[in-house]
Amino acid sequence: MNTWLEILLYVQIALSGLCLYRIIRGPTIPDRMVAIDIFGILVVGVCAIISIDTGKSFILDIGIAWIILSFIGTLTLAKYLSGKKLNE
Amino acid sequence: MIALIVISIGILFNLFGCIGLLRLPDVYNRLQAATKCVTLGCCSILAGVLIHFGFTEAGIKALIAVPLLFFSSTVAAHALIRGTYHFGVKMSDKSVKDDYKDVEK
Repeated sequence: MNTWLEILLYVQIALSGLCLYRIIRGPTIPDRMVAIDIFGILVVGVCAIISIDTGKSFILDIGIAWIILSFIGTLTLAKYLSGKKLNE
Repeated sequence: MIALIVISIGILFNLFGCIGLLRLPDVYNRLQAATKCVTLGCCSILAGVLIHFGFTEAGIKALIAVPLLFFSSTVAAHALIRGTYHFGVKMSDKSVKDDYKDVEK
């Protein structure tokens, strides 16, 4: 049972690696931003699986903080893309 | 056991989303494939955490994270794709329709 969970953890980390490929390779700037957004969501899944694996609950706190920071960061990047100042 | 099945389904959704992120032709298709699949997949993983721990400290944290992830990722994707359109990224050659161009005028 625990072995299966570790396989799932490695698969999830490999999927984050695929997002890194799009970040490095992406032809335009918005491609990279989309990949960063998706990467932030995938890391939350990694945190959740690690919290089952170790049985500690504080790792989920890291996931929640990562959700909020990724949200704010993506909104800031979207403002930058549409050419507006941050207070408009 | 049920928790492992739910987590496996979530990772399958993540896999489909990442394949869409890598394979589709332009940024609009990539975002619409990746955001939906990955959001549902990670919500499923957090639901698996809730099933595994029950209503303990960790389970309640997972239960809080689900609506937070759901709303924040969809709103962020909407804002990001609107900024992308204003930035001037062209659609791919196979796209047939652009309704947002008429709305912007």
